[in-house]
Amino acid sequence: MSMNQNPDWKPTIVAFCCNWCSYAGADLAGSGRMSYPANVKIIRIPCSCRLNPLFVLRAFQRGADGVILCGCHPGDCHYSTGNYYARRRMTLLFSMLDYLGIERGRTRVEWVSAAEGAKFSATMNDFAKTIYELGENKKLGDLRCKE
Amino acid sequence: MQGMILDRVRALMSEGVATRVLGWETGEFPYDRTPKFFNESNLENLKYDSFCGCNLSKYLVNESEKVIALVKPCDSYSLTQLCTEHRVKRENVYALGVACRGKIDVNKIAALGIKGITDVEEDGDTLTVHTLYGDKQVARKDVLLNKCMSCKGKEHKNVDEVIGESEDTSSVERFDMVAELEAMTPDQRFAFWRNELSKCIRCNACRNVCPACTCVKCVFDNPNTGVQNKAAADDFEENMFHIIRAFHVAGRCTDCGECSRVCPQGIPLHLLNRKFIKDIDELYGDYVAGDEADQRHPLINFTKTDCEPSIVHQRGGDKG
Ligand code: SF4
Ligand code: SF4
Ligand code: FES
Repeated sequence: MSMNQNPDWKPTIVAFCCNWCSYAGADLAGSGRMSYPANVKIIRIPCSCRLNPLFVLRAFQRGADGVILCGCHPGDCHYSTGNYYARRRMTLLFSMLDYLGIERGRTRVEWVSAAEGAKFSATMNDFAKTIYELGENKKLGDLRCKE
Repeated sequence: MQGMILDRVRALMSEGVATRVLGWETGEFPYDRTPKFFNESNLENLKYDSFCGCNLSKYLVNESEKVIALVKPCDSYSLTQLCTEHRVKRENVYALGVACRGKIDVNKIAALGIKGITDVEEDGDTLTVHTLYGDKQVARKDVLLNKCMSCKGKEHKNVDEVIGESEDTSSVERFDMVAELEAMTPDQRFAFWRNELSKCIRCNACRNVCPACTCVKCVFDNPNTGVQNKAAADDFEENMFHIIRAFHVAGRCTDCGECSRVCPQGIPLHLLNRKFIKDIDELYGDYVAGDEADQRHPLINFTKTDCEPSIVHQRGGDKG
């Protein structure tokens, strides 16, 4: 965490989770009493490829400090191939954000199946830690959306 | 060149190929070239010379009648891409390839300190610039459009015939500047782009001119995006507009250079598009949009062994 930061600051993390795997994975984490940070806000999407790059930017605009996409493992997409397309899109989007000078740790993709509650919780804990270290998202936020 | 083109167009018209031609005419200033549909009655106004930098292919979208279209080598990529996307019906176009030896950027002439330009005459590799204060000589190669200095090649793609001989004009490696930016630290890159993008006045010229941007309803016209048609009130709007504009044409951008050419603020938009092109080439194999008809572009395609998005973190090393 950088020096000149508000000590009360807690990161806001948006996790887009595919309905068929990762959302169920999150459920399993919950019912298995595995913890993940309370500041991870899960948004359920029908498939990882539903994630329009605009959604990622919008999340940052509205105050997210990190955005993570979780979907079925490649090969296991409920719609067969959605996550393969999502994989290319997110690779190019993340690369573009990096090119514009946005900290590259603020975005991530993880494949989490419905059986991987433990992976879900570990991923979220790790991502939250990364974002906490990166500090507040100042480069891609919108002042008009701040309280 | 212009004479040859006019003769050929007249011949095609009398053969009944089409009744209209898409070409350029002189605009407000003697060195302006504006897109125009001609028919037999005004054909004598058709101009083809070193100021015809403007890409005409987008004007063919929604044409339902056969048109003879003049296409430079770079325009032919855009036209091919538009046909691939079913935005232009190839059978409605007689693509008349016209040779190109690089187009001139009148702003570069002005940047040499030449004021009050009234006309420009061309003779081989020298230009005679007529001004209110007398004539000046300029070397042609010093005032070429940036896009011509990193031209993809002078071979016409997918045209019906070609008139004249083109000359290679590329003198700058296409990806040099992108690589230079990649080598900077994230904070330097951020400063570079803030400096550039903060100049944007959201005139939307870059979107409107782009032959890859042909959606009937554009996301940026939706008031709910919060970034529609207005001067930016917050940095975020500029970032949002530019990331999404470039992303929407990723894989389809033919690197025709029109976006940067028309930007009244001189923002190097092609550096955003070229970043996508460079990434695509490096990660998914070399790909040139509009190179061939009916290609499947990299963003509507995949392989099971594609890299993971985390490659972005690995490639970047430890710089941020
Ligand atoms: S983004 Fe720019 S370079 Fe690419 S096709 Fe559109 S106008 Fe041409
Ligand atoms: S042409 Fe230039 S100023 Fe106009 S919207 Fe595009 S980047 Fe902004
Ligand atoms: S359904 Fe889960 S990624 Fe497609």
